Amino acid sequence: MKTPFFKAVLSIVRKDLRTELRSRELISSMGLFALLSILVFSFALELDRIARQEAISGVLWVTVVFASFLGLNRSLAMERDQGNLDAMLIAPIARTTIFFGKLVGNFLFTITVGLLLLPIMTVLFNVSLVQPLVLAVLFMGTFGFTTVGTLLATMTVQTRARENLLPIVMMPLALPLLLAAVKASTNLLTDSATEDWVAWVQILAMVDVVYLVMCYLLFEYVIEE
Amino acid sequence: MTETSTTRALVEIRSLVKAFGVLPVLRQLDLTIEKGEFVALLGPNGSGKSTLIRLLSGLSKPTAGTIHIGGWELPQEAAAVRAQIGLVSHRPLLYENLSARENLIFFSRLYNLPRDAANTRIDDLLERVGLGRRAGDMVRTFSRGMQQRLSIARALLHGPAVLLFDEPYTGLDQDAAAILDDLLTDTHAAGQTIIMVTHQLNQAAKLASRVVILSRGKIGYDAPTNGLDALELASIYTQTTSMASAKQ
Repeated sequence: MKTPFFKAVLSIVRKDLRTELRSRELISSMGLFALLSILVFSFALELDRIARQEAISGVLWVTVVFASFLGLNRSLAMERDQGNLDAMLIAPIARTTIFFGKLVGNFLFTITVGLLLLPIMTVLFNVSLVQPLVLAVLFMGTFGFTTVGTLLATMTVQTRARENLLPIVMMPLALPLLLAAVKASTNLLTDSATEDWVAWVQILAMVDVVYLVMCYLLFEYVIEE
Repeated sequence: MTETSTTRALVEIRSLVKAFGVLPVLRQLDLTIEKGEFVALLGPNGSGKSTLIRLLSGLSKPTAGTIHIGGWELPQEAAAVRAQIGLVSHRPLLYENLSARENLIFFSRLYNLPRDAANTRIDDLLERVGLGRRAGDMVRTFSRGMQQRLSIARALLHGPAVLLFDEPYTGLDQDAAAILDDLLTDTHAAGQTIIMVTHQLNQAAKLASRVVILSRGKIGYDAPTNGLDALELASIYTQTTSMASAKQ
């Protein structure tokens, strides 16, 4: 009697993409914030080449993380404010389809901003970020961050201080993931030995899997009254 | 479009208790609703009306007691129950940046309706609620009344056995309320079972076939309307709610 899992997830993703294409609320606010951030960093950090290589992954992840806070809050607030979350909750779909639908949408919006940042940062910092392995780390880090972010934003969006609360509850939880993502990308950009970045990429992949499973299991409890 | 598991009453509520922490909102509530009834659920603020609607729609879980809809039990068979209910709230439950048709298409997919059948049904419903010509317009351009009519189309989309209305007249002007009256009358005449929470005694007396007054989490009055007018209902309402207050 339930709607098939993938059909429901796909419907939610398509709906999110369509509404975003119309309003451009998320991408424009996230993109503008990200652009301003890296401009400020590029003016503020007068570094030599080696120092820039070491600092640039930190700049990238700080920008992606804070831009994603904007997107995650807005994405879930859109469902909450009009009561649309209730409309989805009374449909004969598994609760977890809502989580995966929102996760895919949030990931696509955040990774779009991340991908736009790479060529711009390459020009501003004169360090080539458009590399297959850096892209892979960006995808893995963004996926993990939006996974835990989607779960926590579902919780915090029900509170009055949702904009402030999300970063506060999310940063401690996302710390292992951010640490792995920053270390992996720094080691890749500073041409460190293979074993240095492989270890961090493995940790990143493991944290991604753990977060995905935990969020999948917890979402039903989070969404309940 | 919906199927039921047994031939018992469409909605059966037995010894229902709902508490938030130590605060009881519904206390040992018993209610049976037969197919085709239009039940107006009245009561003062805080009497548990909206809580009951949230319990019936599966958005909330009972503290104790049982709820059966179409023979399926909540919350154990929630997916089966959710396929049998449609909810119209005081909030539109619609996406402002999608058109009326796109909203209905989205929800038809969540309800797993076959594409061709869904398209036909969406066209029919948009005409029925008077939005056929505005089908391609964004919901954000709609008035509150139009959004409420579209909400009804959304709630009827999957042919639910029970329609739940939670204060549907909130924010509607007189014209929009009159249009909603006509829609509710037509929907009920088509055999739809309706449970409507409202503070509008006029509408309750005029439209409903049965009135249930909740007071402090219990049923204080439950009877068919049978020609009851708004003044008589207002008198019953005052007596029922003031008696409950006096008992406290």
